[in-house]
Amino acid sequence: MKVGRRSFLSFIIGGAAGTALSPLPWKLTDDLSIWTQMWPWTPVPKDGAVSYTGSTCTLCPAGCGINVRMVDGRAVKIEGMEGHPINDGGICILGLSGLQLLYGPTRVKGPLKRVGNRGSGRWVSISWEEAIEEVAGKLTEIREQGRPEALAVFSGKRRGTVPALVSRFTTAFGSPNFVTAASTQDSYELALHRMQGVQAAAGLDLANTDFLLSFGSGILDGWGSPVRMFRTHSALKDGGGKLVQIEPRLSNTAAKADQWIAIQPGTEAALAFGLAHVIILEKRYRTQFVSQYGEGFEAFRQMVMTDYTPDKVAKITGIDPKTIVTLAREFSRSSTPLAVCGKGGGDVPGSMNEFFAVHALNALVGGINRPGGIWAVPESGDFGWPDPEMDETAARGMQQDRLDGAGAPPYVAMAALPNRFFEAVAGGKGYPLEALFVVESNPCFTEPDPETVKAAFSKIPFVVSFSSFMDETAQNADLILPNHVYLERYEDVPNPAGFNRPFVGLVQPVVDPQFNTRNVGDVMIALAQGVGDPVASAFAWDGYEACLEEAYPDQWDSLTSEGYWMAEDFDPAPWPEAFETASGKFEFVPEGLQRGYVPVEIAGEKGGFPLVLTPYDSMRISSGYVGNPPFMTKTIPAEVLKGKELLVELNPQTADQLGFSEGSRAVLATPVGTANVRVHLYDGIMPGLVAMARGLGHTAYDKYLADKGTNVNRLIGPTADPVSGLNAAWGIRAKLTRA
Amino acid sequence: MSTVDEHEKDMPSEDSGGKGPPSPDPEQKNKATAYVIFFFFVGLIASLIVGWIIFPQLLYSQKEQPINFNHALHNELVGDCASCHYFREDGTFSGVPDLWSCVDCHMDVQGEDPEEEKFVTEYVWQDREVPWLVYSKQPDCVFFSHAAHVLSGGMDCVTCHGHIGESEHSKVYEENRITGYSRDIWGRNISGFKRNSWDRMKMDDCADCHEEARDSATKDEPRAPVGRVIDNIIRVAFPGTYADNKGGSVQTQRGACFKCHK
Repeated sequence: MKVGRRSFLSFIIGGAAGTALSPLPWKLTDDLSIWTQMWPWTPVPKDGAVSYTGSTCTLCPAGCGINVRMVDGRAVKIEGMEGHPINDGGICILGLSGLQLLYGPTRVKGPLKRVGNRGSGRWVSISWEEAIEEVAGKLTEIREQGRPEALAVFSGKRRGTVPALVSRFTTAFGSPNFVTAASTQDSYELALHRMQGVQAAAGLDLANTDFLLSFGSGILDGWGSPVRMFRTHSALKDGGGKLVQIEPRLSNTAAKADQWIAIQPGTEAALAFGLAHVIILEKRYRTQFVSQYGEGFEAFRQMVMTDYTPDKVAKITGIDPKTIVTLAREFSRSSTPLAVCGKGGGDVPGSMNEFFAVHALNALVGGINRPGGIWAVPESGDFGWPDPEMDETAARGMQQDRLDGAGAPPYVAMAALPNRFFEAVAGGKGYPLEALFVVESNPCFTEPDPETVKAAFSKIPFVVSFSSFMDETAQNADLILPNHVYLERYEDVPNPAGFNRPFVGLVQPVVDPQFNTRNVGDVMIALAQGVGDPVASAFAWDGYEACLEEAYPDQWDSLTSEGYWMAEDFDPAPWPEAFETASGKFEFVPEGLQRGYVPVEIAGEKGGFPLVLTPYDSMRISSGYVGNPPFMTKTIPAEVLKGKELLVELNPQTADQLGFSEGSRAVLATPVGTANVRVHLYDGIMPGLVAMARGLGHTAYDKYLADKGTNVNRLIGPTADPVSGLNAAWGIRAKLTRA
Repeated sequence: MSTVDEHEKDMPSEDSGGKGPPSPDPEQKNKATAYVIFFFFVGLIASLIVGWIIFPQLLYSQKEQPINFNHALHNELVGDCASCHYFREDGTFSGVPDLWSCVDCHMDVQGEDPEEEKFVTEYVWQDREVPWLVYSKQPDCVFFSHAAHVLSGGMDCVTCHGHIGESEHSKVYEENRITGYSRDIWGRNISGFKRNSWDRMKMDDCADCHEEARDSATKDEPRAPVGRVIDNIIRVAFPGTYADNKGGSVQTQRGACFKCHK
């Protein structure tokens, strides 16, 4: 039998018919569609029992309570803690993205020792024992040379047990050089110190404020405690209160405010005097406070009455005189008005002249230590530890001047001056340093003019970073002793930014450490043992956890059960007891205010640099120690970051004069540096200004963050405030040319 | 079978008059047709055998459970399904019990069953979870709430899971080689027909009940047409008055795709 073509076709047709009548094609189609969901790269969330673990967020100084949703022991979502005094269930975009820091690729997975040149990124893993031995060996060497002051520490935080342990270590070792990063909170503290004579944190009784006058503070752009500020804004809206934003740029805060008043940048103090002029002229101030508890009011009155009439202030600030008068009336007519300052996110300390002027305004309307006003809140910090015993070497080291000049004239009241520290080291002033510890901070990115920081690093032979992440500073270190991420460790968060009651939040481990990391507190104790007496005897704790519990004997129960401790019935000192100045009264004219409005001089000549560059902060960009997690970077609009290029905001009128159009590429030059940028035309920025987002332009971290945009700190150098010595630069002169 | 000769025979004749071509042999033609029909059936039957018998056998691999579990025995001892397959405090369903649930009784070997001994020595003592093969495991995109069906809907376990609670041995786990899921999802019957509600766990089987529930809900709608008109006016005038209007859409309302396919 020969099989012919017809029979073959017939066979095929029969087969096709049979197949169609069998379940094969239908089942196969169904299975293949399910198979497409089974590809190995498809993420599959693990199933399991759901639980919540409470803790405190440390990613900014806000101190928000968090509840971490866990599935089968794995953290899957961070939520705001319901009923928490600061955030009551709310959470910001950075807090929400925290898991990407825990599980993300930028973690340092264990102690690393540099093998190549500094910054070349060549590391070798070492054990913790080797790491401690290496650091302790180096420190012992320094002490044996009799130069303990050659150790310096740069800490991102000043309050809490961990900075206290690091500071204690530095002191017991014999070095005065414990330096901390600075922010608006430091300027507020100095204002309270100079005008009220107290050593206290500035707390804002926002719940009772009915008129919030913001001198450029980004109420909705990350200032202070962002979630609390968002809630304040909502409460103001709901309760018929008012928010007035004074700022040269239409920020989110300005856009959402009841009134936005555009001002020439840097002239805020003059406006505060102008408002004071109207309030005094129309006798709208609290006479009782001013007469009984005010010192130097007459001098203040004369100053503002002669030099700060609305017309004169209008010339300085660019604000219509009528607007000034109306604003002053509305402000003083409110029952509980509050004026705040510290620009943008409040990361840069700012001009004391401005802080004094704004604080004087609060005093005029009787807002000091009163409902809805600004309160002096005692700072936590005394943990009852005995002073460390010092041997001769340590005592001699402590006699040396601090390299940053803090605590000595003219900056007697200051604890640390970070900008001056790096300038001094880079410039070779004072004595040379042998070793630097960098704790919970990234100065090679966050400090103004990071090139100066790097130059300072190059003069220090031994730099140890305690960073959890491979950030710019860790990259430039010799040794990395990685800290646990906040979700893996214990820590205390005392005095959250701007909170008006004594408060401590407890950070608790939510998950087991993912990598071979250690709490800085524990490392400090181990290092002290490694260095030996007398340092070791100052660190008699078994470990950091024991030390933490011991530091809060009365609060510990509340800390562990509630997640925080708050002095519920705290009332600020009443006026008769509130002021500890020489006169026992509120100082209206402290040193730094006698000459009235004194602008902070920004660098650059008008001729060569016709424009002014000002940085701005955004809730979508984390500009501090922690860089943007990928979730956050995804939310940055294309008008700010397009691909890898950063866009600067320029008023269309200025752009027209310079010949720029939307998206033009340009070179932005300042006396400090240059950067390639693109131009975004924005009616919300004052003509003559260039606004640039802060927090982009990382060179370290992962592919989601590195090489995106430009770091504005690279273009703006620090300007030391004459009173505080802290950085007060709000901008810099700049030039835009076609690329 | 097809030959040149045959083709020639099929060709139209050039001269239609005259003698004409030799007429085809009717016997040969019948034979050719028979062959064509025969091969059609060969193909048909072969593919039916492949489709109905061989394919199902090739599609599934057979796996034994790590421990041969006796549901009947345990059920007798602990009382009901919920003792081991319980709802957690937050309403989520625990599913297959973890080791922690078993150690209460099985910290040590109790009986003489070698399977129990294996369980205690290889898993309990070594603190290792048993890698149970789950017959009812669904793809991850499927959202299914046991609480909604059992606690709110009052359904019993048997409706979907059958009489597994009465089994004395773990049945063989037949794993689909393509999807990795159990044969129990599609059902034993390769054609997809089922006799009992627990024979299959595909979407259509969910729909069986849900469509019924929807239809009866509409049918038993107690409100008269006038009442419904008033309802609609209220819905438009005061949006959010009725709970089902809140955040609902074609995609998320009752019976819509996104209700289960998250």
